[in-house]
Amino acid sequence: MSSSFNIYRVGISFVMMCIFYKSAVDSLSELSPQKYFSTLQPGKASLAYFCQADSPRTSIFLEELNEAVKPLQDFGISVAKVNCVKEETSRYCGKEKDLMKVYLFRGNILLREFPTDTLFDVNAIIAHVLFALLFNEVKYITTLEDLQNIENSLKGKANIAFSYVRAIGTPEHRAVMEAAFVYGTTYQFVLTTEIALLESIGTEAIENAHFYFFHCKQVLDLTQQCRRTLMPQPLATLNIHRFIKTMEAPLLTEVAEDPQQVSTVHLQLGLPLVFIVSQQATHEADRRTAEWVAWRLLGKAGVLLLLRDSLEVDIPQHANVVFRRAEEGAPVEFLVLHDTELIISRVEGNTHIEEMQEDEDEDLQSPDMDIQDDEVAETVYRHRKTQLPLELTVELTEETFNATVVASDSIVLFYAGWQAVSMAFLQSYIDLAIKLKGTSTMLLTRVNCADWSDLCTKQNVTEFPVVKMYKEGKHPVSYAGMLGTEDLLKFILLNRISCPVNITSVQEAEEYLSGELYKDLIPYSSVSVLGLFSPNMTTAKEDFTKAGNYLRGCVITGIYSEEDVLILSNKYGATLPALLLARHKEGKVESIPFANFRVQDIVQIVTNALLETFPEITVENLPIYLRLQKPLLILFSDGSINPQYTKTILTLVKEKHLDSLTPCWLNLKNTPAGRGILQTYFNALPPLPLIVVVNLHSGGQVFAFPSEQAITEQNLLLWLKKLEAGLENPITILPAQEWKPPLPAYDFLSMMDAAASQHPTRKEPECTKETNMQKNDKKQHEDKSTIRKEPVETLRIKHWNRSNWFKEGDKSFRHDNKEL
Amino acid sequence: MSLLAAMAYFLQRAGRDYAVFERAPRPGSFFTRYPRHRKLISINKRHTGKANAEFNLRHDWNSLLSHDPRLLFRHYSSAYFPDAGDMVRYLDDFADRLGLHVLYNTTIAHVTLNKDRQAWNGHYFILTDQMGHAHRCSVLLVATGLSVPNQVDFPGSEYTEGYESVSVDPKDFEGQNVLILGRGNSAFETAENILGVTNFIHMLSRSRVRLSWATHYVGDLRAINNGLLDTYQLKSLDGLLESDLTDLAIVKDREGKFRVTLKFFLEEGNQSADAITLPQDDNDNFAMRVAYDRVIRCLGWNFDFSIFDKSLRLSSGGEFSKKYPLVKASYESKGSRGLFVLGTASHSVDYRKSAGGFIHGFRYTARAVHRLLEHRHHGVAWPSTEHPVSQLTSSIIRRINEASGLYQMFGVLADVVLLKENATAFEYLEELPVQMLAQLETITGRRARHGLFVIIMEYGRNFSGPDKDVFFHDRSVGHTEDAWQSNFLHPVIYYYRHLPTEQEVRFRPADWALPRPTAIHHIVEDFLTDWTAPVGHILPLRRFLENCLDTDLRSFYAESCFLFALTHQKLPPFCQQGYLRTQGLVGTESLRRHGAERRFPQDYATVGRRREDGAQGPEGGPLAPGPLLLQPHDSNKEEL
Repeated sequence: MSSSFNIYRVGISFVMMCIFYKSAVDSLSELSPQKYFSTLQPGKASLAYFCQADSPRTSIFLEELNEAVKPLQDFGISVAKVNCVKEETSRYCGKEKDLMKVYLFRGNILLREFPTDTLFDVNAIIAHVLFALLFNEVKYITTLEDLQNIENSLKGKANIAFSYVRAIGTPEHRAVMEAAFVYGTTYQFVLTTEIALLESIGTEAIENAHFYFFHCKQVLDLTQQCRRTLMPQPLATLNIHRFIKTMEAPLLTEVAEDPQQVSTVHLQLGLPLVFIVSQQATHEADRRTAEWVAWRLLGKAGVLLLLRDSLEVDIPQHANVVFRRAEEGAPVEFLVLHDTELIISRVEGNTHIEEMQEDEDEDLQSPDMDIQDDEVAETVYRHRKTQLPLELTVELTEETFNATVVASDSIVLFYAGWQAVSMAFLQSYIDLAIKLKGTSTMLLTRVNCADWSDLCTKQNVTEFPVVKMYKEGKHPVSYAGMLGTEDLLKFILLNRISCPVNITSVQEAEEYLSGELYKDLIPYSSVSVLGLFSPNMTTAKEDFTKAGNYLRGCVITGIYSEEDVLILSNKYGATLPALLLARHKEGKVESIPFANFRVQDIVQIVTNALLETFPEITVENLPIYLRLQKPLLILFSDGSINPQYTKTILTLVKEKHLDSLTPCWLNLKNTPAGRGILQTYFNALPPLPLIVVVNLHSGGQVFAFPSEQAITEQNLLLWLKKLEAGLENPITILPAQEWKPPLPAYDFLSMMDAAASQHPTRKEPECTKETNMQKNDKKQHEDKSTIRKEPVETLRIKHWNRSNWFKEGDKSFRHDNKEL
Repeated sequence: MSLLAAMAYFLQRAGRDYAVFERAPRPGSFFTRYPRHRKLISINKRHTGKANAEFNLRHDWNSLLSHDPRLLFRHYSSAYFPDAGDMVRYLDDFADRLGLHVLYNTTIAHVTLNKDRQAWNGHYFILTDQMGHAHRCSVLLVATGLSVPNQVDFPGSEYTEGYESVSVDPKDFEGQNVLILGRGNSAFETAENILGVTNFIHMLSRSRVRLSWATHYVGDLRAINNGLLDTYQLKSLDGLLESDLTDLAIVKDREGKFRVTLKFFLEEGNQSADAITLPQDDNDNFAMRVAYDRVIRCLGWNFDFSIFDKSLRLSSGGEFSKKYPLVKASYESKGSRGLFVLGTASHSVDYRKSAGGFIHGFRYTARAVHRLLEHRHHGVAWPSTEHPVSQLTSSIIRRINEASGLYQMFGVLADVVLLKENATAFEYLEELPVQMLAQLETITGRRARHGLFVIIMEYGRNFSGPDKDVFFHDRSVGHTEDAWQSNFLHPVIYYYRHLPTEQEVRFRPADWALPRPTAIHHIVEDFLTDWTAPVGHILPLRRFLENCLDTDLRSFYAESCFLFALTHQKLPPFCQQGYLRTQGLVGTESLRRHGAERRFPQDYATVGRRREDGAQGPEGGPLAPGPLLLQPHDSNKEEL
């Protein structure tokens, strides 16, 4: 299958390729199905996105696809957008807009189909396409056994390029695939996404992608393991290319010329050269040392054996190592190093020369305590220079506050200018002001408590941010909803009418229940509540009014207690006092008698009435459903849900099969975080739709409804029965650990102790430099290397102590003088 | 009186039964006479560029605490060093406007103690005024200040004039040789007034000069009074000398001028004035061989113990000086329960350390004593606010940036955070006398069973002192990891797993304001005293709190909480206390875009991966340390 591709890649370097294809067209061509199939050439690969002609002309996917056109053409793969028009149907044209897919052909043979969400960005597109085409060249494995089998089969034959990437479709995966495109015939590429596998070969710090070179070719003894070299640089195409080049270079070269004149592939790749100086007499031993060093420095530096005896230029007598950096004109350094470890550390300390970084290769940095790891603080900080139209809200001060909230109905945001959460919310607040501009009777104001601390304290605001509503003559109401534009908007709009609103006629009541009366508010309150009372039911009315007040801002409530209330109660089959709940979506009105209910009961009933039986779960509403403390049954859907599934679930609900669960569904389009959830559950994005049961509150087990089964009532019921009987195994168990500090803190107490315990008379050889190598022999080297091996933290303390020794040393010196 | 006004305000607001006795017909009688040269050295900083009233009190050394913004001293004087007359006017208004219950023209002549089991403290205090009327009270607050001029007894002391009565008219000193005894602000204030008209001024005292900018103690010599140092060092005839006054003697010569000699010479024999041996007779270059026209005594003040009956056991001789009565860290007399010494006289608690002897310090200690009494006698627990732990970092940041009590009474008053069980919530208590930490539960009525944080302001350990060079190179610290070496006033947070015992407080290490904590955090000193830098100040504090409490105190957007809620059994406190209570932080489109730049989809993948290997736990979060544009704080040293 791959033979047809070899012509494109054998011996072509990346640079060459870029030039070669430069002239090619690099925008996305749009074709009809017929036209498209007619352009397919035998053996040539092509990627096609089939979509409805009337679909939007732009989408995130199309943007990403457009970006992928050029790179894919560089690999000889054409890309097209195929518009499915009515007259020309093709079997590749999906039936619904949401079910459009991308197909990969070679010639006119279909190789693979991809759902668009697999190809989430340009990296994913290229990675997936190459992965499919290089099926034979790149072996995907999941166990250590697979790896050992491949290793054994290649011993004495070929070397292996083994890589671990966190997930398929990542930029690292793309880099590996691009390398495989070039080197796939020379080396056996092996790929895994299993952390366990990487761990079992002894890798540390697995957060990042890893690229290994297994030297199997020279292994003749089958019981012997292949040597492995880990690429130290981040996984990026150019780094891999450079790394492989150094792997191909000879391990050790013997030279007898001026080190300044020697040139190897390493220098061209920006790597330093290390010459081990040798003499005839010790040649054998030196060679062994040099080989050892060469293995250690493989991929980091070129190692050469320099024969002093046959050398024409002079090198200093005692020098045993010559070091040459890759920069042109960098002086050759002659060193006396008595430990091979020092050679290694010398090189490793110098490798900052050129990292050939393509992207931000931040992942390699060790966690630094000074780095912001609070996402809110971080985004707010990044945003700090963006000018917000703050003038859309009224800034209140100690002087203006009282007058303002008395004069007009106001929303007040209390925030602190230095607090990230406040400032993040302030942006939502400003967005709200933009939305409401000129339409609201409610004045949007803000108080910066960093400036008006006393005012905030007086308003009982001691944490931030806090939103309060001041309506004339009433106690301020604290807003307790989500800190976001939408929810606050709802709160403000619903507060425009009183809670509960007084209905005065039967006709008005009917309008209220039908949603006509407050038409514009219905989108924000899916239910309207109406309390029906005889005029003499004072206590019940009072309780209802209290409940209505409590629920203000989250639902519309009304009260009707005219003489003719019986007309309504009769119509809706209610006995007084009663609650009527009008569900506007379903167009239903249900009635609940509530003779002896307390205020809390009314609130509870209404709150429960707001819950849907099979809701779309979102970031905003999840907490409400979590309160039910039941395991969630979640249907993950990429886009809106198939009505068939809704029907299935609702039937199950109706038959009371789902009483112990909270059924819901999640739309990945509306809630992209769902993708992360799926990845946690399944490790990779599984095909959708998909049903899971998540037992969040006891045990954390996640069960997946078998994807090969159709989502029908029977299948689901059977599966749920098995679940209940404990016959199903969870696909994963959610971690139950507490959240620990992400990073350590400075241990000032130990630093103070260390400083206090240092003896001031000790003289610290701070300035002993390595100028006189010959005299300061081994001992000092030992000192140095022990220091180097210490963790950074202790080094820091050392540093402080040192400065302290000096201070105190000074002091004691003066003191002595005085006494003399 | 200024102090009693401060205290009376709190009693008045709490509706307590109290009376203030004032000797004079109006409040602030001290300021009608003192300082003699009428210039207060407490600063009246009217502008700070900030609106925050609490913060501004950090730089207003004259106002008393009240709810009435009109009663701020800046409305009474525009001078940076205001006139004492303005203070009198201010105190008048303060007592008047707030309707304080003051009995003027009442001099308490005698105080005694009357045992009575019914009384709160087992005894009543009986105060007898000049008319012979007796007044009975359960709690006695003494704020008489230091009213007795300090007299040093040596031969010839009768020739000296006291600061309290010496002329303030420079004309009276024209062309004179003046010797001033003492080295406090009153001595320098007197010198400053006549510096330009005298032949020269010599200033004699036992100890070396203590400059307040070196000692960081506002009671030491302030720059506004130090003209004499300048003329001394420039050899303009004025000079400073050190000697123990009790060894000296002053004799009057034939011309009526004063000669300095040693007491020792006087004892040699009963000689006539002219025959007394002078030091220069042996030692002909003796420094004070010149004759003086005047000798002025500016030796400070003592507490008036005379009106207190012995039964009160109000003894003098605090740790540092005999001029203050002995009181506990709660300002209660060690001798009798219920007797509190406040104001300048209570300075023994923080003498030469903090500002407790001055208005800008004792206005806070008065409040602390009031709170303590409220709890002791009225069952009102020390005021506190309770918050979820997700608010902990913010609560501390807020206080260290505005609290004036912590700032003025550094090292003496401290805020305390009392953790609730499992550290999910905490109580915040403001401005406790920190030496009373061990007795916290009894004096506040709050429980400290689950660990606590103490927030206090400190100068560097070895930074302050009369002989310290406070301008040395490299004096300021900019790196967060060097914060513990900060020299200038900066916040320090102590963490204790258990409330320290009295023993631990008493036998704490030298130079420590508090006993050794479980962990300590210094917030790096700041040139602007603005500790709100996200990475330089807030982040290290958060890491410290997190590690003390072994939890994750980061804030998260609702979307992250959503992800955690469905992928972890437990949630970080911020999500638990916000998102799960439907108060999640949604964030805006543009903020989310910033998040997206940090490659959120991948980070979601990371979360999944991490979960798998178990050991990593949830700490990975969606925000593994990533590429930030924030620069780690580098040298932001003072380069001015």
